[in-house]
Amino acid sequence: MKNLTTYLWLGIFILILATLLNISLGSVSIPLDEIVKSIFHLEVSKESWQYIILEYRLPKAFTAILVGSGLALSGLLMQTLFRNPLAGPYVLGLSSGASLGVALVIMGSSLFGGIAAGLFLSKWTLVIASSIGSFLVLLAILGASFKIKDTMALLIIGLMFASLTSAVVSVLSYFSPSQQLQQYIFWSFGSLGNLSWAEVGILFLFWLSGIILSIFCIKNLNSLLLGEQYAKSLGTNLKQNRFLVIFATSLLAGSITAFAGPIAFIGLAVPHLVRQIIPSSNHLVLVPAVILGGAILMLICDSIAQIPGSELTLPINAITSIIGAPVVIWLLVRKKKLMF
Amino acid sequence: MKNKEAKTILSTQHLSIGYEDKVVAQNIELNIKKGELVAVIGVNGSGKSTLLKTIIKELTPIAGNVFLEEVAIENISAKEISEKISIVLTETHFSKNLSVKELVSLGRQPYSNWLGILTSKDKVAVQNALNLIAVQDLAHKKCSDLSDGQLQKVMLARALAQNTPLIMLDEPTTHLDLYHKAFVFKMLKKLSKTTQKAIVFATHEIDLALQLCDQIILVNNGKVIQQTPENLIKEKHLEHLFPSDLIQFDSISKSFKIKS
Repeated sequence: MKNLTTYLWLGIFILILATLLNISLGSVSIPLDEIVKSIFHLEVSKESWQYIILEYRLPKAFTAILVGSGLALSGLLMQTLFRNPLAGPYVLGLSSGASLGVALVIMGSSLFGGIAAGLFLSKWTLVIASSIGSFLVLLAILGASFKIKDTMALLIIGLMFASLTSAVVSVLSYFSPSQQLQQYIFWSFGSLGNLSWAEVGILFLFWLSGIILSIFCIKNLNSLLLGEQYAKSLGTNLKQNRFLVIFATSLLAGSITAFAGPIAFIGLAVPHLVRQIIPSSNHLVLVPAVILGGAILMLICDSIAQIPGSELTLPINAITSIIGAPVVIWLLVRKKKLMF
Repeated sequence: MKNKEAKTILSTQHLSIGYEDKVVAQNIELNIKKGELVAVIGVNGSGKSTLLKTIIKELTPIAGNVFLEEVAIENISAKEISEKISIVLTETHFSKNLSVKELVSLGRQPYSNWLGILTSKDKVAVQNALNLIAVQDLAHKKCSDLSDGQLQKVMLARALAQNTPLIMLDEPTTHLDLYHKAFVFKMLKKLSKTTQKAIVFATHEIDLALQLCDQIILVNNGKVIQQTPENLIKEKHLEHLFPSDLIQFDSISKSFKIKS
């Protein structure tokens, strides 16, 4: 146990470092001491610096922490629920639902004539469209989860939803003018940067409810490591647990996708990375570890996306995969086994 | 016979088992006492699993009742059943990332709090279970590093940690060679005597079961009979277990012989 507390403190320390690194990078270079001063509302040599830090970089860093930890935790929940190392936060089709919602709004507007064409450019429209999209998929999945006894069947239904919605998106794209198509593609790149403090607050509320629900699932998730029959023999209420886990995942992954767009890879990879470092399968240990790991990895990916020393910013959705995929491949080649 | 006062752990009355559209067996009367090792035998598809599933409340009886320590299981919640029956399955689709100790500790779930944190009492129970099966040396190994035989033992230790009066095993000796089969049988026998738990297991090893078990439950042609091995042989119940064209039961050697 002592060992694990060390890991926890080390994780928190790295998280703080990564946050500082993340805040210190950007198109305008600001000295580190000025950054610390701005955070604590002290006298800063340039007022614009303080504005950049407080209104742009800090909310972005917070978003990165919420997005990374939320997606990583959803990934862990799905991997244990489906007892499948390939599961991630989006296996149930949440991101496809969101994509469809957004695609309908952006590209559908040109197809079905603009009833409120001006409205479609607003960010909130996209947030709402994506929320409705993932919410509808969630409803369908939860409905199915009550009817279906076999958890694997649920996984396949999720995959079917994903192909169904991506097909509809393809059809929409085919008929869309290039401008709308580009707008949709920009959304699908994901973005951490354009949230105000108020929006970060809303995202935080969803994040917090998802985390709290997950904490209540910890004991049952542990029993699920043995498989459903054993879990049942230990007194686990399988259906209730499945409902809670899916609901928590939807809160986390759904709200994150709504605000930051679909972000690949973090949810799948972080649980595996954490399992390589932490010598435990107990979710009491894994849940906080995955939350920390997800936040750290996301901050690092976002720092890289800034391209230090340049004014360019790369799409975050691409960076997470470019950085993360080689790491997982390396781990697999070294360890030769990927376990849930 | 010798132990008429022993406490009954599991019993059934007028029990009929099966599924909505099909009755598998009727009028089952079982009575299993503390400290007994009981084998459930029968040909493939005879209804062994149906019987075991009904006992652990995964299937509802078509008629009649199952009693655990004299209480009808329909009145026992899933939570309470987890303190009465522990199971060991043939399938090994559990997370191999678990360490042996973590896996055995999961047996304490019915007793731990909402976060599953183990008390010192739980830790003692886990250690005792590891010691009983003599797998304490494996405690910190990962399940991915164990052999089939070791995994089977560890799963049994997990069931012991759950500390239930009844342990049920589904074909615990599949995939094992003859020596290890005998080893598992011996171990179950010893456990039933030392811990005074009732141990019920489904098996195809009729020869071994006849030699070691206190009671045999024979599932055949829609009928379920519980007898001691001696009576089972004496009353010639085994003669008609299999189609008689290939093998034949030899009551002198207590084993099946291939017809020449």
